[in-house]
Amino acid sequence: MDLVLDIITGICFFVGSLSIIIGACGLIKLPDVFSRIHAAGMIDTGGTAFFLLGMIFQTGWSLITVKLILIGIFIFFTSPVTSHVTANLARQKNLMPLGKKIGKIL
Amino acid sequence: MFLAALIACAISGILVLIRIVLGKTTFDRVLGVNSLGTIIVIGIALHGFYSNRPEFLDIAIVYALINFIGTVAVLKLFSTGSLGELKK
Amino acid sequence: MKSLSLFLILLGLWLLMSGHYSLLIISLGVISCAFCVYVTKRAKLIDNEGLPLYFFPRIFNYLIWLFKEIFISNINTAKVIISGKIEPETFTVKASQSNDVARVTYANSITLTPGTVTTKIKDNMFEVHALNSDFGDDVRSNVMDKKVRWLEGD
Repeated sequence: MDLVLDIITGICFFVGSLSIIIGACGLIKLPDVFSRIHAAGMIDTGGTAFFLLGMIFQTGWSLITVKLILIGIFIFFTSPVTSHVTANLARQKNLMPLGKKIGKIL
Repeated sequence: MFLAALIACAISGILVLIRIVLGKTTFDRVLGVNSLGTIIVIGIALHGFYSNRPEFLDIAIVYALINFIGTVAVLKLFSTGSLGELKK
Repeated sequence: MKSLSLFLILLGLWLLMSGHYSLLIISLGVISCAFCVYVTKRAKLIDNEGLPLYFFPRIFNYLIWLFKEIFISNINTAKVIISGKIEPETFTVKASQSNDVARVTYANSITLTPGTVTTKIKDNMFEVHALNSDFGDDVRSNVMDKKVRWLEGD
């Protein structure tokens, strides 16, 4: 039973590591601010979700599990707010995103 | 296993730092600092498990909240030039 | 009613975070939670916007659906970043929710799925930046809009 939980944790950590490394590569590789926000969003959602899931499998049921879930909830609620504030301020300072615009832009 | 995950966190932290140094505009840097904060939260939690001291999770929770407030405060300062006025 | 539920939520958070269950610690927790509820009531922050209780019956269903969406679009975003073929596009969508909390939920859900970001909001028009035309079609098909309208009890 312990071995199975260890293997599940290992898989979760592997997917999470892959997610944050790809997100960090995207943060370097993509061309402008609005595209980089997507890569940062990948770090915030995919990375943290899988790492916290792996740690939950490792602890079982205790107060530590509740604290891990609380970290997940905080990041889950605060990550879109920071992304939106950054994007909104970049638009207010008259940076236009690359690529085509469809229809009327606000 | 925890050590490997910590090494992955370190690698992506270094990649994000490269973007913070290179970044053209302020928004790139703020975005990079926010992502670095998220990676550090994961790293603190992993380090707590690695050294068998789960009390580190409290520090991770506080770091997540401070990270959010710091990012929004820096963006507000950059946008309006002040952090709010005193009401008379 | 709303003050009582806020008090219970705060007290549960205190009990879960502290981990010590002696009489002194619990009474200190009750006193500080009551003080927090009093300050919140005095600042007139307890209303439908500060504590949207009517979301709670359906929120688990919605969260499970949202996690599935986030997982799928994470994989798609990783593919796009690795292959390096991006063709970003910007467009506007209309939100059909009636109140502000539901609109914020919709905008946050759009931002939370990697690949689409809400960049500007004016009344009920959202300006959305998408990494690829596939992500853009996902938002334009209004599936998430209908889900959030179902969440607010329509």
